[in-house]
Amino acid sequence: MRLLRAGITLAGFLLIWGLITAILGLPKFLLPSPLIVAEALLTHASLIADNAMTTAIEILVGLILGVLFGMVSALLISAYRPVKQWVFPLLIASQAIPVFAIAPLLVLWLGYGMAPKIVMSLLIIYFPVTVGFLDGLNRTEPVWLNLAGLLQQSGRTGRFRKLVNLYLYIKIPFALPSLASGIRVAAAIAPIGAVVGEWVGASSGLGYLMLHANARVQTDLMFASLLVLTAMALLIYYLIDALLLRALPWLSTHNNNTTQ
Amino acid sequence: MEPDNPTYSDAAESMPDVLHDQGEAGIGVDLSLDELVFDGDTILSDLNLELEPGKITCLLGPSGVGKSSILKILAGFIPLPGNSRVTTSDGKSLEGRLSYMDQKDLLLPWASVFDNLLIGNRLRGEIPYRVRADRLIKQVGLEKWRDSRPDTLSGGMRQRVALARTLMEGSSILLMDEPFSALDAITKFRLQGLAARLLTEKTVLLITHDPMEALRLGDVIYVLAGHPARLSEAIRPEKDIPRDPADDAFSQHYSAIMTRLAGETEDAS
Repeated sequence: MRLLRAGITLAGFLLIWGLITAILGLPKFLLPSPLIVAEALLTHASLIADNAMTTAIEILVGLILGVLFGMVSALLISAYRPVKQWVFPLLIASQAIPVFAIAPLLVLWLGYGMAPKIVMSLLIIYFPVTVGFLDGLNRTEPVWLNLAGLLQQSGRTGRFRKLVNLYLYIKIPFALPSLASGIRVAAAIAPIGAVVGEWVGASSGLGYLMLHANARVQTDLMFASLLVLTAMALLIYYLIDALLLRALPWLSTHNNNTTQ
Repeated sequence: MEPDNPTYSDAAESMPDVLHDQGEAGIGVDLSLDELVFDGDTILSDLNLELEPGKITCLLGPSGVGKSSILKILAGFIPLPGNSRVTTSDGKSLEGRLSYMDQKDLLLPWASVFDNLLIGNRLRGEIPYRVRADRLIKQVGLEKWRDSRPDTLSGGMRQRVALARTLMEGSSILLMDEPFSALDAITKFRLQGLAARLLTEKTVLLITHDPMEALRLGDVIYVLAGHPARLSEAIRPEKDIPRDPADDAFSQHYSAIMTRLAGETEDAS
């Protein structure tokens, strides 16, 4: 049903696009018709595929690293007060700098390869993941903390071990839904980082390809790349969404039960 | 719906009744509370509550009277105010010898019934007592649901899991804050019967606003009412728990308690 609806929306969109080009008779370097774009997609298939591969790797590696760094940061900030007091303001300040502004610097330092794009994705992703997870970790319900504290009283292990166990068995699992929201946002915006990085300086990738096509007025190729980029971003988002839903099965049924 | 599961009471009876492993069956606890103030309002003052060793002490009172605060002070969730004292019959501190059961089941939504019972072990970094967990699951009649998540269970079943988790700790002192109040009448009645069997020899403080529950389960009943709230004289109904509501003595106590509760509420209003 969802697929059908998405298909109808897409078909409608293509139809309107086709009609506009047909009625207005725009030259193909301004707005190519869907058919011309499809043709470009086919003729340049291998070129687009190669470049899409680069961008996909950048996005995925950036996502994985960004989520990992974000989780570690959130854990440190939540568990250790001084980290929160000293590092958190810095974290927020880092978000005030637009990623576009540091892109040239990253290219200067890290070269024209994948590294600066991965770092760029990572920078964009890091913040929503950290904040989402941290929020979840700080919001464990007091009743649970009371109960856990009571359960831990009779234990003979040290304080550090108890804290680790408290995180492992109570705080982290309860924070997973918030972390999942953070990761969803991250998955949606990760392509921005990679593409911006490619615009500033790259030797391959969909952003690079679009910039070049634009400069040579190959508008059809540009649209074809844009379509592939969009499809890729959607695929990554829904893949991650599905993975998260599978990983947190108790959430789907959690809210609709009664005391009966 | 409470699934039809007539075997659970039989299962509980065929097992050895109590699993006590702290080896100190009866600890008496005495709380003498000087004054408890919330936002400048004195809720409790000059109160002395004694929990007799191995008995179920019921604290009965209308909502908002401060029953739960007493339990939370004993549990350490609220710091012991001013000149108040908690003493135990063996002179040792309460720390590490308490278990707590809430009105909400407080089960981990991602963990199976079995894993919910092991959470204490895991939090303390101990080797999980799997055999004991399985025995308790059997005692509360949930063998078939051992690997089910809480969201697939009924409210009564979840509260049975919560009871099993509370007993899992093997503490000799149990604090129960309206443990069955969110359940429907029939489920509640069955669970009280189960609890009466499983709680023998434990020192229990049971908070409730339901006179019926207090009379079914309480060896000793105190009524807490008024503002600031005061404890009544101890009521010690005859007969062993769980008591039968059809009994004459039961209904006499019931009406006496109701009269007292109603009178106190009128005075207050």
